Amino acid sequence: MKTWLKVAAVIILVYVHIAGLLMEVPRLAILNETIRALYFHVPMWFGMVLLYAASVAYSIRYLRTQNPDDDHRSEAFAHTGTAFGLLGVFTGMLWASYTWGSPWHGDPKQNGAAIALLVYLAYFVLRGSVENPEQRARLSAVYNVFAFAAMIPLIFIIPRLTSSMHPGSGGNPGFNAYDLDSRMRLVFYPAVAAWFIVGLWIASLRFRIKKISEKINEQEFA
Amino acid sequence: MPNRILILLRREWTLELRRKSVLSGLGLYLFSLVFICYLTFALHQQALNAVTWAALYWLAVLFSVVNTVAKSFIGERSGIFIYLYTMAPAQSILLAKIIYNTMLSCAVALTGYLLFAVFIFNPVQDNVLFLLVVVLAGAGLASSLTLISGLASRALNSNILMAVLGFPVVISVLLVAVRATRFALEGLERSVAYNEILTLVAINAIAVSLSYLLFPYIWRS
Repeated sequence: MKTWLKVAAVIILVYVHIAGLLMEVPRLAILNETIRALYFHVPMWFGMVLLYAASVAYSIRYLRTQNPDDDHRSEAFAHTGTAFGLLGVFTGMLWASYTWGSPWHGDPKQNGAAIALLVYLAYFVLRGSVENPEQRARLSAVYNVFAFAAMIPLIFIIPRLTSSMHPGSGGNPGFNAYDLDSRMRLVFYPAVAAWFIVGLWIASLRFRIKKISEKINEQEFA
Repeated sequence: MPNRILILLRREWTLELRRKSVLSGLGLYLFSLVFICYLTFALHQQALNAVTWAALYWLAVLFSVVNTVAKSFIGERSGIFIYLYTMAPAQSILLAKIIYNTMLSCAVALTGYLLFAVFIFNPVQDNVLFLLVVVLAGAGLASSLTLISGLASRALNSNILMAVLGFPVVISVLLVAVRATRFALEGLERSVAYNEILTLVAINAIAVSLSYLLFPYIWRS
């Protein structure tokens, strides 16, 4: 990863935190200041979905090439995506306790998110219970692709079938309804990009740690 | 290909008849589940409305089907795998297993319906719609769980893994099935359930085609 990208991501995130907390936002009933959750909560979901997609892409590549590096990358992306997902759930719960009155409201979006996390926790359990590294890589790649495809109806289709109180669905104002003066876009888009770059950065670090520890293991046995 | 699948299906059926204890065990499992539901609600029959009925029914079916499908790969001797591997391509084995598991799951779901009707009560008003939902959801559960069973059979503690890996994957089938069942119970206009039926068909198509593509990778090991 290019160094200037990392530096840029850090600078943008500093800007996002300052501007996100201090800049003017539209005054809306019920939402009030919690509208600022947009800058911190929504990028987590974008990040999670993109990182999981990257994980699935590397799984598919592993099945084609059988290159262990692809498997390690896929695992690193899944780990980072799960971290983003957990943060997304927690920030969402924080937001919901102020606007909906309770942290867990049984909203279809919340349940879909919880299930997406369950899928990837199951993926880690599967990785833990196969001893042979080659077989572990192959089985977990198969499960990754299969589970990701099964998750798509959960996150994207079923919330649209049922009514939801989440902004942007069920007739509630979404992102586009707030920002008539597009002030929020100035913070939101950089936030999404910067968080995603940070996610890629963490994943690449995890991948490199994995590579190094494998090399050390090899040298110890040799 | 179709010929081969038919032969494999007949093999599954003969093997099943040879081990009658497995089938009767499954029947007993389902019966115990329904009976527990009946006992826990025996004193509070009025607390059981149509929604609770649908949820209980699908939970009972889910647990029985998971156990039914799990045995399609878990617990088979590895000699049989090697024999099959040399005899037929992976795809036809998978398709045969999915078709067979679909038939079994539908049988389980219908038996469950019968038991629920006898012991608890029968709130279904639109029988045709209900049957359609049962068949589609049975196929959905069977097709998504067959691949999972193949996965779990290759890992340690496969029985726990089967549940852990399978439940998140089948939740979408289950949620849509429960919603569609509610429409059948309330006897609403058929067109109301059109969306749910279409979603079930789409999920089935996704599950079958993905299993078809991915199974050879599991099978090779």
